[in-house]
Amino acid sequence: MYALVDCNNFYASCERLFQPKLENRPVVVLSNNDGCTIARSDEAKAIGIEMGTPAFELEDTFKKYNVAVFSSNYTLYGDLSDRVMKTLAEFVPKLEVYSIDEAFLDMSELVYKDLAILGMDIKRTIQHNIGLPVCVGIATTKTLAKMANRYAKKKYKKLGVFYAANQELVNEMLLFTGVEDIWGIGRQYAALLKRNGIHTAMDVTKVPEEWMRSQMTVVGQRLWNELRGTPSIEWEYEAPAKKNICTSRSFGKLTGDKSILMEAASNYTAACAVKLRNQYSCAKAINVFINTNHHKTELPQYSRSITLEFETPSNLTGELIQYALKGLDIIYKEGYLFKKVGIMMLGLIPDDQVQTSLFDTKDRTKNKEALKTMDKLNKLLGRDAVRMASQGFERRYRLRANHLSQKYTTNIHEILKIKN
Amino acid sequence: MKDAFIPPKAKLIIDRSLKPKNGDIVLAVINGEFTVKYLKKNPFKCWLIPANKKYKEIEVTPEMEMQVWGVVTAIIVNPNDTRCML
Repeated sequence: MYALVDCNNFYASCERLFQPKLENRPVVVLSNNDGCTIARSDEAKAIGIEMGTPAFELEDTFKKYNVAVFSSNYTLYGDLSDRVMKTLAEFVPKLEVYSIDEAFLDMSELVYKDLAILGMDIKRTIQHNIGLPVCVGIATTKTLAKMANRYAKKKYKKLGVFYAANQELVNEMLLFTGVEDIWGIGRQYAALLKRNGIHTAMDVTKVPEEWMRSQMTVVGQRLWNELRGTPSIEWEYEAPAKKNICTSRSFGKLTGDKSILMEAASNYTAACAVKLRNQYSCAKAINVFINTNHHKTELPQYSRSITLEFETPSNLTGELIQYALKGLDIIYKEGYLFKKVGIMMLGLIPDDQVQTSLFDTKDRTKNKEALKTMDKLNKLLGRDAVRMASQGFERRYRLRANHLSQKYTTNIHEILKIKN
Repeated sequence: MKDAFIPPKAKLIIDRSLKPKNGDIVLAVINGEFTVKYLKKNPFKCWLIPANKKYKEIEVTPEMEMQVWGVVTAIIVNPNDTRCML
């Protein structure tokens, strides 16, 4: 048995937790650079705000309905997500964090428990201890658990829990779910199924296994089994180490100033280096890319990227920045207004498998120790409290984040203030 | 919350996971606004009591939107800020 626990409108709920006066008011969270909507409260959905709509198109709607608008505050969401996951982990022996706001719980070892009651207990505990609303779906496979969760949201919103305890309940949910809403089915496959007269998840379970395999490869076969109650998707306790690491962002406003590009490139490289060290990897090469805003056709356009190989695979911030700036120097061209710079780390390998080059003169052990200390300090004091000089202090390239809320839970200077 | 020895700039540690009991200092939300009060309750009724005689007690009625956000478990105070309370 599996449970999928999923936070309702996660980002919007996080914002609301610290501003209870927003209860019953539509809340919207915007993507990086305040670009488009990425989270909506139920009230915002009800007035017809769609996911992924550019913010500037919604200005009138925001005003008309008194919508509370937020820039994305990932520090806050990440911390609250952590708290949710830690609380969930107390309920079951095995847990798989699937995304920032959802987790699979393995309930196969809890044979003597009433899972419906456990589901409600989980929901109540998260609501009480953290203050975030969640829905729980419980079923025999991951795909069905995901479906049960969606079904709970649509059909049993108040209760927020659906336990597909017997075939009758499973069928009820299979009939309700359209193929396009099955976990793991993309638009293409949904269209394919519909062309063949398969409209609900129930229909999928009725076609021969062989047909699913021939039309949709092993993915289809796995899905078919999952929907029929045979677990076929593996359990991942730990997210696999990433094969590529990339940091790239659009600037708050276009710029032709090379020093700003250099500062941004340094910062993105530093962010990549931290990610590398966190997963004990080293990169073999770095890719630097820059581009202008191709939507602004009236401006001259330019975009280029370059890949530089390291002599020795590395995750040392200073060294990586050196290469990044070298790359930027080669591809930078004057007379253009740039929108974006990006850094990609390529060819990642575990850091204990690094072969040092014959001509490598760098004292890597000493450097590594220094960075370890830097990482520790930054974890304690906040991101980039200790940094390389080239990262600068002003962050002139910074994203637009005009509606950013406080880091209520991670920064002592930004905790909730109460007027009495 | 002067009379509960909470000067204006005090920092409060709040535990959401506790069940609020009679006599606890709580962070409550009334009609969307945060406030810190003593909680007084019996099986039939519930009040929020300010620890400052200047303010009135609030009886919590069913039509009021009141929610206990968390229970105050510790108070951190700069000793210089406590002088005003003597």
